[in-house]
Amino acid sequence: MKEMDFEQTEDIGFSDLTDEKDRKKAYEVDFKVVPLPDIISAQANASNHVAGILDLSTEQAAALLRSFKWNKERLIERYMENPQEILDQAGVVLDSDKITITQRPAGFLCEICYDDSPVGGALGLSCGHVFCHGCYEQYLTQKIKEEGECRRILCPESGCSVLVDEANIKRIISPSTLTKYRRLQDKAYIADLDNLRWCPAPNCENAVECRLAHHNFDTVVPTVSCACGHDFCFACGLDNHQPASCGLVKIWQKKCADDSETANWISANTKECGKCQSTIEKNGGCNHMTCRKCKYEFCWVCMGPWSEHGSSWYNCNRFEENSSSDARDQQAKSRASLERYLHYYNRFANHEQSAKLDRDLYMKTEKKMEEMQRTSELSWIEVQFLKKAVDVLTSCRMTLRWTYAFAYYLIKDNITELFEDNQRDLEVAVEALSELLEKPIEKEKITELRQQVLNKTVYVASRREVVLDDTAKGLVEGRWQYFCEVPSIIVGK
Amino acid sequence: MFARHLAMNAPAGVNIIDANDFKVWKLGLAGAPGTLYDGEKFQLEFNFGPNYPLESPQVLFVGDNIPVHPHIYSNGHICLDVLYNHWSPVQTVASICLSLQSMLSSCTSKEPPPDNATYVKTARANPKHTAWAFHDDTV
Repeated sequence: MKEMDFEQTEDIGFSDLTDEKDRKKAYEVDFKVVPLPDIISAQANASNHVAGILDLSTEQAAALLRSFKWNKERLIERYMENPQEILDQAGVVLDSDKITITQRPAGFLCEICYDDSPVGGALGLSCGHVFCHGCYEQYLTQKIKEEGECRRILCPESGCSVLVDEANIKRIISPSTLTKYRRLQDKAYIADLDNLRWCPAPNCENAVECRLAHHNFDTVVPTVSCACGHDFCFACGLDNHQPASCGLVKIWQKKCADDSETANWISANTKECGKCQSTIEKNGGCNHMTCRKCKYEFCWVCMGPWSEHGSSWYNCNRFEENSSSDARDQQAKSRASLERYLHYYNRFANHEQSAKLDRDLYMKTEKKMEEMQRTSELSWIEVQFLKKAVDVLTSCRMTLRWTYAFAYYLIKDNITELFEDNQRDLEVAVEALSELLEKPIEKEKITELRQQVLNKTVYVASRREVVLDDTAKGLVEGRWQYFCEVPSIIVGK
Repeated sequence: MFARHLAMNAPAGVNIIDANDFKVWKLGLAGAPGTLYDGEKFQLEFNFGPNYPLESPQVLFVGDNIPVHPHIYSNGHICLDVLYNHWSPVQTVASICLSLQSMLSSCTSKEPPPDNATYVKTARANPKHTAWAFHDDTV
């Protein structure tokens, strides 16, 4: 909460003086994109630094840093107190070059392949378990390539807990395995650090750094944007899901995936036979029902036996009786619950679908843009407004989509009315822009269209900001009340 | 040569039934005298993959008589850490037999594993595809 507390105290009295544009918006978090070369050099720098201070080799320093999750200060402090304990914990042996056996000793027998020839390479760590070079290479390759292990590769001897050190690993494995080994180390580095996360986009090699403390993730949706253009949530790694919090996204996705609503559909659209409890759906005809299974005759309206209906057939007058009205209440509830869910789900799914259609539209628009360049006086830079419009449109649809999941869980009260107004304004603006983009392009009206699209794009973007700003502030203030428990997010990478 | 090595180092009660290729071995295992399995005869099957000994072999009890033991399922699957994630390439057929023999010998009551019925119903043929949790070090 460090940064946020700071910002809040700053705000008191000074907020009017701060320029609107420079201020961070309520729904934004600070982050930095870290490309792969920087990740590699950050590890090297930290290792060299620690190696210099503690008088170790860089590989040894790196091993110690890994066991301390790259917390330099804590490592140095603890190492000064008790170096041997720290070394043992990390499985690092000092002077390993002196102890390492690289020649086959007299009477050598490799316990893995039972090779007993006196010539050839071998390796034995400080524990004295010697194996032949070939077996060691196979063993390390297996660990690295098949099992994806890079941090704790132990001596092959059963039950031996001496770590195969980085210098020896690098000496033995092939170049292709070494590349894989380095890659695993980078991955482990990112996994060790709480404020780093890989960009989940395919083929993107960047990581993103966000220094917000994890306990803030219940009140902020930490959305970051990678240099490759992918927007994602720093806490859960999913695509940008503002304004819904990670916990809410989780229960919503579960709800959409499971068949909890199937049960609701059944109870909303079917009744059970009063005698044999078979489930019956009435899809037409009159109210005089005969159960196919047990031949029980009953009235669909009041669920009572048909024989008691006397002469008032086809017009049930037993409507107010308690037992039948209870059954109807229950059904009405299920029906309302189902309708409520479907209302939000349809809108949620619709925006996802529309975003896809917008993308298709963009492909067509690109052709239009080329055409415009040829047929009008406009230059390349001037026709860029269409691309910008589609980009804004897509991001707005993604936001809108999640506002419906968010709204589903909200308890309706006065506060949520404001939210719904904002949501509606964005919805209207988005559809207007979408419609504008679909218009055929006419030569003489290009300038006019350009003006309209530009205006709308700016307006739509500002409506999105309003929605995000309001929901983010509400989240911090604890303004939103959900009708069910929303779990807190446990950050896992 | 491996079979010879085993023959020389085999723990008591282990005999080779069939070890003529490098893929599948069948061994006989006799319950040690003075234990709950005294006089019983079991059959073990070893399947060696191409990465053996870097990867553990697939080991299971086969035949009519599967030992009734808290760590042995009635389909022959064995819950023993050295066969899965505590495998080391230094382990041998002889050392596995020794581990199994000691597992049987230290048993104090002949009971199937508590989750035997569910496990046997859902388990895959290869016990190495099961995610094992090793919770009991006493037996």
